[in-house]
Amino acid sequence: MTKEQRLKKRHSAEKRFRFYGLASIFIALLFVVILVHNIFSKGSSAFMKTAINVDVFFDQELLGIPNNPSKEQISDADLYDVAIESILKVYPASGLDQENALIDLFTIDAEIEIKKALIKNPNLIGKTITLEITASDDIDQLHKGNYPRELPEDRRRISDYQLQIYDTLVEDNKIVKNFNTYYFQNGDSRDPELAGIGGALVGSFYSIIICLLLAFPVAVLASIYLEEFAPKNKITDFIEININNLAAVPSIVYGLLALQILLATIQLPRSTALVAGITLALMTLPRIIIPCRASLKAVPPSIREGALAVGASKFQSVFHHVVPLALPGTLSGTIIGLAQALGETAPLILIGMVAFVVDIPSTPIDPSSSLPVQVYLWSESAERGFVEKTSATIMMLLSFLIVMNFLAVYLRQKFEKRWN
Amino acid sequence: MNFVLIFLILIFSLSLFFYGRSKTKSISIEQNIKLNALPKFYGYYLVLWCSIPALVFLLIWSLFEPTIIKSIIIEVAANQGAIFNDKNEANLIYEKIKAIHLGTYIGDIDSILRESALSYAKFINLFTNSKIVLIFGIVIASVIYSLNKIKNNNKARDDVEVILKGLLFVSSLIAILTTLGIIFSLLFESIKFFSVINIFDYLFGTNWSPQKAFVNDASLITEAEYAELKDAFGFIPLIAGTSFIAFIAMLVAVPVGLFSGIYMAEYASSKVRRVSKPIIEILAGIPTVVYGFFAALTVGPFFRQVGENLGLTVSSESALAAGLIMGIMIIPYISSLSDDVINSVPQSLRDGSYAIGATKSETIKKVVIPAALPGIIGSVLLAVSRAIGETMIVVMAAGLAANLTINPLDSTTTITTQIVMILVGDQEFDSPKTQSAFALGLTLFIATLILNYIAQRAVKKYREKYD
Repeated sequence: MTKEQRLKKRHSAEKRFRFYGLASIFIALLFVVILVHNIFSKGSSAFMKTAINVDVFFDQELLGIPNNPSKEQISDADLYDVAIESILKVYPASGLDQENALIDLFTIDAEIEIKKALIKNPNLIGKTITLEITASDDIDQLHKGNYPRELPEDRRRISDYQLQIYDTLVEDNKIVKNFNTYYFQNGDSRDPELAGIGGALVGSFYSIIICLLLAFPVAVLASIYLEEFAPKNKITDFIEININNLAAVPSIVYGLLALQILLATIQLPRSTALVAGITLALMTLPRIIIPCRASLKAVPPSIREGALAVGASKFQSVFHHVVPLALPGTLSGTIIGLAQALGETAPLILIGMVAFVVDIPSTPIDPSSSLPVQVYLWSESAERGFVEKTSATIMMLLSFLIVMNFLAVYLRQKFEKRWN
Repeated sequence: MNFVLIFLILIFSLSLFFYGRSKTKSISIEQNIKLNALPKFYGYYLVLWCSIPALVFLLIWSLFEPTIIKSIIIEVAANQGAIFNDKNEANLIYEKIKAIHLGTYIGDIDSILRESALSYAKFINLFTNSKIVLIFGIVIASVIYSLNKIKNNNKARDDVEVILKGLLFVSSLIAILTTLGIIFSLLFESIKFFSVINIFDYLFGTNWSPQKAFVNDASLITEAEYAELKDAFGFIPLIAGTSFIAFIAMLVAVPVGLFSGIYMAEYASSKVRRVSKPIIEILAGIPTVVYGFFAALTVGPFFRQVGENLGLTVSSESALAAGLIMGIMIIPYISSLSDDVINSVPQSLRDGSYAIGATKSETIKKVVIPAALPGIIGSVLLAVSRAIGETMIVVMAAGLAANLTINPLDSTTTITTQIVMILVGDQEFDSPKTQSAFALGLTLFIATLILNYIAQRAVKKYREKYD
């Protein structure tokens, strides 16, 4: 091999090596794009829901309520018959099977939706009004184009007869899409068209607030101690090693800790935001201490010495000067720690947050769910409608995380002092 | 109740602040002496003395009260003639008594329950009253003590700082308490588990099927049941599955992560770095449940489809899908750590290599990477420990049955998956099945601890070398 050939070979090896590096970065970036695209294309339709226009006649006889009824009488009234009568008028169905097929096109909460309209406007009694009644999950998915119509009839949940009704309704412009308020207001439900993340949002909110209240002060105080006051001895070393190890302990181990100590020994209530918050706080604590210490360390010694020189005590120099200067870094570290806690699932599953909770929790000691656990729960459900709900919940979760991370970066860039 | 107490303590100590401040001021004016600290420090001193002892007492009391009351009430119920065979039944009776006391119990109330509920009410009352009295006493005692101190013109600033320093120290001890809590809670159940199942049967058994463990009371099982139980908790398939999935993950993450780290550190312009580094780090910020969802609903079925087209049988919960996605999750850990490590290799080493005519890639391969190797190995070990402790991806995308297999298209299970499966839903405490989850947790904890320790030592040693 001549010198030129060797050089050429070496240069092409150089190019190859560089290409591998670029390709690796590209693979990582590509995956981010694929993941985000996948989630968004599946999930964005969940923010709309399908409804069917139904002419509802509030027949006073069927309602069984007197003239000028009071609020209580209306909310006690049984609207089942009115709902069924109105729905059956949508399409000429004959026989019990066909009638049931028609009724199945609507959500099982149709009666409640009609009642809400009546409570809002009691003057409707004896009149007919067009209401938008939420469609069942199958029709919702069909209308959004997520449902394979081409399958043979025995392999899909919608019968040919129902498809026929659906097509007629589409032709008559009776099917509408509107904003899915249920998704934000409701708790969990077995019916995808009624399921919402209201409960999970509240649960996550409470857990994160409790986590913040417990973890932030303790983490700041601990890092101040370790960075500013701790003597260099065995105990301090031991604490340091401990914190570093704790930050790397798998999160599921914290779930086992919570199960044994918080639930079995102290007997706190299961599947509540309180227990979730404490568990997440224990898990987040070392993850906050590490950035807090780094930002305290970044404050130059001259600041401390200046304060000491004019007669401040050690405490005053730390709390009046060092801590305020380190605060931006501390806060951004805390926010990133909380963002991790917000997405944490495994320990929450172990403390029973996978329970099926319909009601929206009003206090931290009510059973509740949380956003990531809701993702897990819905992803295990078989109904097609839950796929888009799960993706939409992931979208909500990711957008919270993005906001928190941007806040952390902003705080650091805006307020942090550069010392060199 | 507790909230009212805390509120009262806080209000009272706040008012003591103003009292302490003005009192010392007036003392200094009346007696014409120089105070040893600013008046506000006397206020702080009183606040700390008034609130901390009482709050600490309240905390400890609240931690132990439920357990103590429970054991007393179960005893009372037993004396009344209630019959229960094991802990679960005792718990049930206790819950019933509690529900009767709260008025939420639905069902028949017999005389035993009624009597027990009455004594429950009595004990609750007794405990609450004694709690209030004790807290009251503690507050008064500590206020008298501290008032005495400030009247003698103590060095309030120094004293306040000593107390605060103690507080800081206690905060940093919480990390140790957490570790102790983890070790205690894992060991406690694991020891019970290993008293039923021989530790060697656990460590070297090749069959994992905890659903066989239907026995509740370990002392009552027969010989035949025990033989079956002995075979149900073999750890080998789990560690095999875990390592297998982690191995697949590493096959993805190590080359991709390492090459991106090298590119970032050595080649990328600061512009490229500024954009691509945060985007790669997004991968580390995405919750693992999202990866799990993606692996289970998109990647798994996709592989299955591809396999079908190629004529292969691919499980929809294949180890490959879980491992691949886990690998992608781990990329940023390896890339950013190795980026740091490579950056801290001194420039002089590179310059020496360039000086004798090496190309950039030759310098990286022959000089930079060997120099950075301990740090890189450390970062890979940290990534491995993250992979074996990762839960949600494998729970959602890997299988449940413990197969001993090395076929990546087959389904296999992991330690974390089994912990979740055993503990999800209602579990009866004190059954070997539940306890086995804690034994698995202990094994996992020890394994990750060892890996982390070695990794941290390696990285630290390496840093010291070039500092």
